[in-house]
Amino acid sequence: MARSGDSDVVVSVRGLKTQFGRNVIYEHLDLDVYRGEIIGVVGASGSGKSVLLRSIVGLLKPAAGRIQLFGRDMSSMTFEERTRLEQRWGVLFQDGALFSSLTVAQNVETPMKEHYGLPEPLMAELAALKISMVGLQPEAGSKYPYELSGGMRKRAGLARALALDPEIVFLDEPTAGLDPIGAAAYDKLIKRLQQTLGLTVFMVTHDLDSLYAVCDRIAVLADKRVIVTGTLEDMLRQTHPWIRDYFHGPRARGMK
Amino acid sequence: MTTGAATFDLEQTSRGLRFVAKGQWIVANLKSLDGPLRKLAGQNRREREFIVDLGGVTRLDTAGAFVLYRTIKEFGEQGVRSSIVEISDDFQILFDEVAANDRPYELPSPSVDPLVFALDRIGAAIVDAFAQARSIMGLLGVTLVTFGRALKNPKRFRITSLVFHMEQAGLDAVPIVSLLTFLIGAVMAFLGAKILKLFGAEIFTVELVAFAVLRELSVILTAIIVAGRSGSAFTAQIGTMVVNEEIDAMRTIGIDPIEVLVLPRVLAFILMLPLLTFVADIMGLFGGIVVSWALLDISPVMFLVRMNETIPINNFWAGMIKAPFFAFVIALIGCHEGLNVVGTAESVGQRTTQSVVQSIFMVIVIDALFAMFYLEVDF
Repeated sequence: MARSGDSDVVVSVRGLKTQFGRNVIYEHLDLDVYRGEIIGVVGASGSGKSVLLRSIVGLLKPAAGRIQLFGRDMSSMTFEERTRLEQRWGVLFQDGALFSSLTVAQNVETPMKEHYGLPEPLMAELAALKISMVGLQPEAGSKYPYELSGGMRKRAGLARALALDPEIVFLDEPTAGLDPIGAAAYDKLIKRLQQTLGLTVFMVTHDLDSLYAVCDRIAVLADKRVIVTGTLEDMLRQTHPWIRDYFHGPRARGMK
Repeated sequence: MTTGAATFDLEQTSRGLRFVAKGQWIVANLKSLDGPLRKLAGQNRREREFIVDLGGVTRLDTAGAFVLYRTIKEFGEQGVRSSIVEISDDFQILFDEVAANDRPYELPSPSVDPLVFALDRIGAAIVDAFAQARSIMGLLGVTLVTFGRALKNPKRFRITSLVFHMEQAGLDAVPIVSLLTFLIGAVMAFLGAKILKLFGAEIFTVELVAFAVLRELSVILTAIIVAGRSGSAFTAQIGTMVVNEEIDAMRTIGIDPIEVLVLPRVLAFILMLPLLTFVADIMGLFGGIVVSWALLDISPVMFLVRMNETIPINNFWAGMIKAPFFAFVIALIGCHEGLNVVGTAESVGQRTTQSVVQSIFMVIVIDALFAMFYLEVDF
């Protein structure tokens, strides 16, 4: 693992406020993500988990607050700095968000072509490597997204997110819609990639099993802010009603 | 991203070659390295030993590990004994990962013979054209059957949807149809004024304008505008619904997409295109009247009186009869292309283009058939 000190803060969010019209999603939200960890963000439906992810990667403009990535403030960046930053992260959207008119391999090649202009044969080789790394069959590379199942699209989306060997990946509900076996395999995959590539993983999820299996730390989004962060053991000791229901509810039995 | 290039030195040793890698072997630095590495491994290697020294590498990612791995593998394939030295544990994990995922997939190489390629494309296009014709006939049949079923049970007509499309495709098109046919009528009158004046026969401008506008121009122009405005919109709407699996959802709920989507659109077109054509007739004549009055001193009253005397009413009907046929074809093609979208955004675009091209093509073909028919029956 290419870590340089575990206390490194990769993402730092301070006093973040996001609203749509007059509907405030959250305010005074603070969150830190450390280098090399897998952090899972949980919260009720509509609590703004995906919105938080979109704010951090700059797709949504916050109403107030500050977001720093790799120690740099996003809002004050020039276009070039922004582009360089985008090469250091990978984002996986809920349904993969693959470019539908390109094959899987071309999807994976797109960031390499766009940013580094690598030679064609090398891009093809690297795309095949990433496709295999995320556990897809080699033939999947020549397929179009609509020919893939939901689980395969998620894997392909992850391959594209990993195309530039990013330092941090943002995953939006990576295991939603997968069968338990597929979800477990995906969890393992993320854990393995994090260990081999030294990745930092920011994961929005609903899946208790994922939290249990892979997350080093959990952040709970409720009451319009991050009410607590900590390990799974910390969560089990919490008394906040929502957290209690979440971690001690009927669906949490598998975690014991 | 921190900068710093990736480089390598080659040292000849007594038993072979020593490859000393230095710097940051990451994807950002590989553009200029890939070529030299391929060349290095591509030459006929005769060394007994190839040693890769990673002691000077400060950063490595999977892409960097991959090109090193590939080079070592290619040396190995030529019988050179290869090994890596000075490799840290972190880097070893990357190498293991890359080696475990070395499963390249060779695409079946496409035929390169240009003649075969050209013939293949022509053949595919012809087969495709027949398949299209067949499939559109299928939709035609299904639409008629659905219409028949709806006649037996009028509750099946989606009145809201019908009225909505009548407004969208019909009423909202009135301004543009009016303006364009007015201009075309005026242009026809200009032509008449210019050419017929040479023979001192300016007064025949009335026949020219009325004949051309009533029989052909207004209905063709209206059909083309509507095909571009609404036929394409049908394709895009229905196509996007296909991509979102909305059509499949309808079928599972027990809603017939033909009844809900195709029938109201087709009926709305059949009802509205004749009305639009009527508006176009009036506006075209109006354009002719204005220009005749301004350029040729033919007063509007004179224009109308002469038109009444020399242009029988059947010319108006000759144009009007065509409108429902055009409407049916345009709506059917628009819906058909939409329903045949497959899964991608690109496909929606392709189908929308095709829908417009096909419907305009068919409108003109049908118009030509009508012209021949009218000639035969002397209408």
